Amino acid sequence: MSKEEVEAVEEVLESCPRERRHLIRILQAIQEKLGYLPEDALREVALFFGISPAEVYGVATFYNQFRFVPLGKFHIVVCMGTACHSMGGALVLDAFQRELGIKVGEVTPDRKYSLERVGCIGCCTQAPVVVVNGRIFPKMTPYKVEEVLAKLKAEDELGGDKEQG
Amino acid sequence: MNWEEIKSRAEAKWSALEEAPLHIRIGTPTCGRAAGALETLRIFRERLQREGLDVPLTEVGCMGLCFAEPLVIISKPESGFPPICYKNVRFDEAQKLINDFILGDDPCLEIALGTVELGQDDAPVIPELERFEIERRLVLKNCGWIDPEDIDHYIARGGYSALRDVLLGKDPEQVIAEIGQAGLRGRGGAGFLTSRKWASCRRQKSEPKYLICNADEGDPGAFMDRVVLESDPHSVIEGMIIAGYAIGAAKGFIYTRMEYPLVIERLQKALEQARAYGLLGEDIFGSGFSFDIEVIRGAGAFICGESTAMTYSIEGKRGMPRVRPPRSVERGLWGQPTVVNNVKTLALVTRIMEMGPDEFREIGTRSSPGTAVFALAGKVKQIGLCEVPMGTTLRQVIFEVGGGVPEGKEFKAVQIGGPAGGCVGEEALDLPVDFDSFRAAGAIMGSGGMIVLDNSNCMVETARFFLDFLSREDCGKCSFGRLGIKQLLMILEDITAGRGKEGDIELLEGLCEDLLQGCLCNLGRTAPNPVLTTLRYFRSEYEAHIRERRCPALVCRDLIAYFILPEKCEKGCDHCVLTCPTEAIVTDERTRKKRILQDKCVKCGTCLEVCPPEYSAVIKVSPPEKVKELESREA
Ligand SMILES: Cc1cc2nc3c(=O)[nH]c(=O)nc-3n(C[C@H](O)[C@H](O)[C@H](O)COP(=O)(O)O)c2cc1C
Ligand code: FES
Repeated sequence: MSKEEVEAVEEVLESCPRERRHLIRILQAIQEKLGYLPEDALREVALFFGISPAEVYGVATFYNQFRFVPLGKFHIVVCMGTACHSMGGALVLDAFQRELGIKVGEVTPDRKYSLERVGCIGCCTQAPVVVVNGRIFPKMTPYKVEEVLAKLKAEDELGGDKEQG
Repeated sequence: MNWEEIKSRAEAKWSALEEAPLHIRIGTPTCGRAAGALETLRIFRERLQREGLDVPLTEVGCMGLCFAEPLVIISKPESGFPPICYKNVRFDEAQKLINDFILGDDPCLEIALGTVELGQDDAPVIPELERFEIERRLVLKNCGWIDPEDIDHYIARGGYSALRDVLLGKDPEQVIAEIGQAGLRGRGGAGFLTSRKWASCRRQKSEPKYLICNADEGDPGAFMDRVVLESDPHSVIEGMIIAGYAIGAAKGFIYTRMEYPLVIERLQKALEQARAYGLLGEDIFGSGFSFDIEVIRGAGAFICGESTAMTYSIEGKRGMPRVRPPRSVERGLWGQPTVVNNVKTLALVTRIMEMGPDEFREIGTRSSPGTAVFALAGKVKQIGLCEVPMGTTLRQVIFEVGGGVPEGKEFKAVQIGGPAGGCVGEEALDLPVDFDSFRAAGAIMGSGGMIVLDNSNCMVETARFFLDFLSREDCGKCSFGRLGIKQLLMILEDITAGRGKEGDIELLEGLCEDLLQGCLCNLGRTAPNPVLTTLRYFRSEYEAHIRERRCPALVCRDLIAYFILPEKCEKGCDHCVLTCPTEAIVTDERTRKKRILQDKCVKCGTCLEVCPPEYSAVIKVSPPEKVKELESREA
């Protein structure tokens, strides 16, 4: 971990009561700060609670939310919930995989884009939906995928990542 | 401040809004935001400021009319009209409303959805819409009408008065008896009698006891609980305090999904406001009863919606269900007696205490009293939420409330009860919605997600989709769940990929039976439902896939091909050629017509999407060999 990362982890641990039940909350807080869970952070957390690193890792890998590699600058999440699937979500996911040249769960080599799927974000009325860094793109189609990527590229070149969140 | 002061201040604030010469409500729930509601809000705010108008602008939740979002409701008493609800208000509509109605006196009825009045149970209704003849809104009573971030709105509409009556006037046994008299069954899916659950928890000697509000809502395609918590969190909080009092708990948890950031934000605000008024915390209403609530954010695991898994997750562990008994009411959170109830169950507890158990019991059917909230999505016109008395038929819900399927499509099936629910076809449409009839039709009521499918949805692929979901979300603890679901999925993958064999259907049926018998929790035991119901209602589709390598709905990618009809293709148009991601479309030198190179085509459907509707030259065919037939037809 970098110095900043170590400090961020320490900060999270300091602000939390040392009760076993807060394990998931702590992992969430660390991921919120760092974007992922570095292995060393998991060790720190284990030490903090006085439990084995395997137990921490076991919990972390059980839940879909946790990631062990850093995300891309633009984190693209394609909804594959029932409504989105019935409206053609799989075609949209495919289009992203094809255009970015990566599979679900991967990050592009330049660390600009990462791709993930999710099961329903509660916006079924706008299906199929895609979320990029918290911003919702409604009623997607394979064709619109190109548009979205072009937009992100333009934002990237402008250096605008203000939507990051 | 004592309660009388709090209440009269809240009422004064509310009537000031009601009587204001102008009052604008804008719905900004998650679904509204996805449709652009925050932009609409910004336009109104800036423009009103520029005009120097001091008009109250209230952010409200979701009325369930998601198809018409962003929604704006304008009250202008001097116009002579009741409040008017406007649909799809974006930039142009917002400017028009401000110019013509707020500054002028034209109510812009052409973009109105209808007028709003307070109907039965004081719930806002739009009489112009047919759906409100069928709907009865108990859970949704305040949704889309009050500001969910202002506890005063809730109090002015009668909120927390029922809690006060309970804490000061009824003993816990009486509360449980009244919930029993109302016949309330849990809205989380299984329909278990709430009073029975509460009574067995109360009987336990061990202390402390806990209450958990299940707001995990993991069913993809369901968003009822999200809407309720975003639009009217206090109904649920009040219900929780009443439940806590009845079972003898001093601590409650609301377990919700990390995918619902706005729910978490609004719940935190609501809890703070309730604490500030002394409605949560020590010695509520001076009754001696103390209760507090903590929000827990899930970490994205569908199985944590199951009650025993949820308790482990709150303890900070892996959320794996355990064998029951003992049930959670005996040994739940940290081994202590625990009641788990769904969001809507708890909201209905508040309503029952307000309206009295007998009136509640008269709504709905004998065995399933009260109302059911459904989230309608998929191929239906009026996507959104609705609340109908139990016993209403599926047909009424889909066609009268939901407006039926969009033009040019044909109803095929409705998927109910979440991923492990079932898909029922046309012949089940006259089924009344209640816990027992659904079970008889092979589906489960679930928590209320309803996805309408039309003739462009393949039922085998739909079953595959649900098994794929369940195999990802299965916790891995029992072998029938871990391996059985995977096997079902692999067979379905084979069938949809054109590798189906004679005997596959029978194999599926046998495996389903094994899962029903062998799985540890209800995820595994209900996982066969998507397969069994699609087989029951759409067996011929499976047979077409297996025997003819044909997908009748033209969905399964390995079984279809795209084709451009030369007689419809327009020579000068290049849309498909330019947008095809794999350059699989070529132009014939001589005729200038387009043709798809099948071995390059990835079947993404872009050409079909971009081909201008006046040509509609791109079609799908199945089985793919049909392309040869069509090509030779030209030659
Ligand atoms: C796999 C699985 C997922 C579930 N998900 C939910 C859910 O998201 N929301 C819910 O209220 N109940 C869910 N349940 C049902 C709960 O276990 C429990 O029965 C319910 O919360 C009880 O509340 P009620 O009595 O108010 O209905 C799920 C059950 C299973 C087996
Ligand atoms: S299924 Fe995609 S938002 Fe619900």
